[in-house]
Amino acid sequence: MEATLNKAIPIRPAARVRAATEEPLWVKLSLIGLSVGFLMLFLFVPLLAVFTEALRKGIGAYFASLSDPAALSAIRLTLITVAIAVPLNLAFGLAASWAIAKFEFRGKSVLITLIDLPFAVSPVISGLIYVLLFGMQGWLGPWLDSHGVQIIFAVPGIVLATIFVTFPFVARELIPLMQEQGTEEEQAAVTLGASGWQTFWRVTLPNVKWALLYGVILSNARAMGEFGAVSVVSGHIRGKTNTVPLHVEILYNEYNFVAAFAVASLLALLALVTLAAKSVVESRLHHHSQKTLEPATAEE
Amino acid sequence: MSIEVKHIGKSFGSFAALRDVSLRVNDGELVALLGPSGSGKTTLLRIIAGLETADPNPRSEILFHDASVTNRSVGQRRVGFVFQHYALFRHMSVFENIAFGLRVRPRNERPSNPELRDRVNHLLKLIQLEGFGNRYPSQLSGGQRQRVALARALAVEPKVLLLDEPFGALDAKVRQGLRTWLRKLHDEIHLTSVLVTHDQEEALEVADRVVVMNQARIEQVGTPDEVFHRPATPFVMEFLGQVNVFRGRVSGGRVLLGELALDHPRHTAARDGSATVYMRPHELDIKLSRNGAPSLAARVVRLNPAGSVAKVHLRATDGADIQVDLTLDRFHELNLADGDDVFVYPKNARVFVPDYAI
Amino acid sequence: MKPIRRKYSVLPGFGLTMGYTVLYLSLIVLIPLTALLLKSASVGWEEFWRTVSSPSVVASYKLTFGASLIAASINALFGFVVAWTLVRYRFPGKRLVDAMVDLPFALPTAVSGIALTAIYSRNGWIGQYLEPLGIKAAFSPLGIVIALTFIGLPFVVRTLQPALEDLEKENEEAAASLGASRLQSFRYVILPAVLPALLTGFAMSFARALGEYGSVVFISGNMPMKTEITSLLIVSKLEQYDVAGATAIATVMLLASFGLLLAINLLQWWSSQRHRGVA
Repeated sequence: MEATLNKAIPIRPAARVRAATEEPLWVKLSLIGLSVGFLMLFLFVPLLAVFTEALRKGIGAYFASLSDPAALSAIRLTLITVAIAVPLNLAFGLAASWAIAKFEFRGKSVLITLIDLPFAVSPVISGLIYVLLFGMQGWLGPWLDSHGVQIIFAVPGIVLATIFVTFPFVARELIPLMQEQGTEEEQAAVTLGASGWQTFWRVTLPNVKWALLYGVILSNARAMGEFGAVSVVSGHIRGKTNTVPLHVEILYNEYNFVAAFAVASLLALLALVTLAAKSVVESRLHHHSQKTLEPATAEE
Repeated sequence: MSIEVKHIGKSFGSFAALRDVSLRVNDGELVALLGPSGSGKTTLLRIIAGLETADPNPRSEILFHDASVTNRSVGQRRVGFVFQHYALFRHMSVFENIAFGLRVRPRNERPSNPELRDRVNHLLKLIQLEGFGNRYPSQLSGGQRQRVALARALAVEPKVLLLDEPFGALDAKVRQGLRTWLRKLHDEIHLTSVLVTHDQEEALEVADRVVVMNQARIEQVGTPDEVFHRPATPFVMEFLGQVNVFRGRVSGGRVLLGELALDHPRHTAARDGSATVYMRPHELDIKLSRNGAPSLAARVVRLNPAGSVAKVHLRATDGADIQVDLTLDRFHELNLADGDDVFVYPKNARVFVPDYAI
Repeated sequence: MKPIRRKYSVLPGFGLTMGYTVLYLSLIVLIPLTALLLKSASVGWEEFWRTVSSPSVVASYKLTFGASLIAASINALFGFVVAWTLVRYRFPGKRLVDAMVDLPFALPTAVSGIALTAIYSRNGWIGQYLEPLGIKAAFSPLGIVIALTFIGLPFVVRTLQPALEDLEKENEEAAASLGASRLQSFRYVILPAVLPALLTGFAMSFARALGEYGSVVFISGNMPMKTEITSLLIVSKLEQYDVAGATAIATVMLLASFGLLLAINLLQWWSSQRHRGVA
């Protein structure tokens, strides 16, 4: 009996003890399974559905839906909107981050909160506020109308609503980064005789270029895809005030599912391109910020 | 409780952190693991604790009180581990930090609330932080935090105490105070302790024995006196205290260093070739004229008498830099000035001849 | 409050950039938002109250808040698991999974709306299996929860990831050396440390869900009193040219969003306070 007991306790080679801060393998595997499963169900399946539904009637029907004149005009309008909204917000983001990150003044945190405000406003309300200002029942509507200017149910309203919903993207990427970088490099440039513009162009901008690009990618995606805000101000005039997402809605509500999903697949492709670009820029951003931070931590 | 490690190796990828290291720490002893960063000292400590596992090797073993703990997890080894950056739980008060190890015990081993309070209060007294129980780590100074970390480790009544650069993140003054305090504490509680440090002064002052490590191996184990005055290897010689290093030649059982010829009985058998001669700054004397004994001619480059000894920087005729520490009395007696030509007399020198293995 | 005044700086361009910032901010954001509040004030208290407390509107609040709360809770739970696995474990395809988490941010809401509807409708990929079980996903409150979970998912994951990465391994090692089990380490050491981030992510996901429109309108079916969310009510009032009614409801929603924004800021302030000092 004793002999068997002794045998039952094997002399194990060393180092089979699990590290102190790790979970057992089965826990790890179930958590990975759970999260991948959850993401598959919630993210991957919908994405796959878009392309499957779009190609349900074959590749011919797919391209026919895309080359439909109404679809083309929606694409054109979306591109025009983005071409106006994104550069305007980019210019704003640069101005705001320069003022906020490079100078000390009272009320700075209030200003930052106000810049972030559009994120807290729901899409429908983002459209509604312009209807209240420029619509026929709004403050400026009748006056604008008598001068032959139409904003609501027209392109300017769509552009305004798009600017509103993408307002903070560039600024909120730039402000923290520029604050972190401080003003030492700019001061060095100024002492070396650089003008303000040269300082900005040659010192500040290269330091924040990846964050800037990141902000632009995000606002571009949102600008092309915005639905709620634009829907409220557009008036859904086919061929005139329909952006791509609104065109998807119209086709869907007309039970023209294949065409709706075909046009939607364009937006889904855009989303995938955005994600890819985003992760490339993110790794650059990470790399860059690590590089700039290293000397500071080494000083300790 | 004694600690013994046998044939421990550890590599991280292609980097060898430890190569076949064996060491015994006696019951009640305070041993310092001393070495430059990357020498493997922290890895060794973490392997003793069970925070890291040694590379698989049938001969490798970790024994506490001569019983193997190799296959025990960190929680089962009952070690007190003190981290360099304290690793205090920032969302818990000082009291809760110290009580943590008692609170996570299985219900039947957990002390009752009054018992627990007594124990924590006793520890707070021991670390001289009575009345700080309700504070949060962010409200304490670095030295106070490290004492809390120590109390937290002691609360579970560990059988051994392991300290990983415990004073590394503190400024010089606080460090000195805590060092003295730690030694006093050790004399009171006699807990077998291993302390990792890269600060030789700390190791020599606090420890009963010092383990000097370099490049994943142990160079020497000995009392502070032994490692400082009888270094076993050139590395130990250079790592502990300041030292003047000279390249010399072995010839006919004597070591030749420029015009200086040193008898060296330990190396009488050594073949002729190169040798390294080490002389500590305080083991050199300066004279203004030759007295017949072997000496080195040198010129005074810089004088720094601000301190408990006067540091004299010289340049030998062959261009080598020499540092000599003189007592302030001797310094004033000599009345040196920059540019003076003087003679350096070794009172003691250590010669290392390269291994024949090369 | 004193006028904005800055300390002396050698860098130029403060006046220009600050002026532009304030002007642009006022034109695009502040004046239009003020217009909403003024319009709402001009409606008159009684009519305002009658609008915002009418049965269909109250039903929409219940639905919107309830569904958002459930969705944010689901996201808090699964978002935690996702963030944990992405930060702590290595597995094939991890980078892809990490990038995919942002899909709901990148995918236009209308597209997610019709895609989810297609999947969960009676003969959709998933809906066909739910139907025999008596579960109606599309065109029911459940569908709304699904859509809101989809769009709120990245918030929890993306706020938790940096918090989990910032956790010091030493803290868990300390807990382990003091005898804590892995579960105890998680419960007493890890969870309290990331709780502010988790709550922030939850609140952000909840706030986003409250105002969501595009992804919900397709899957909800928009049955009065049953599956009408508040955003949809605002749109239908506008379509009936009831601008005053739309404004009143929008004001209530806007105040709720601002309240949440305040809560999120307080949470972030709280977490930065707790982390101050301890290196």
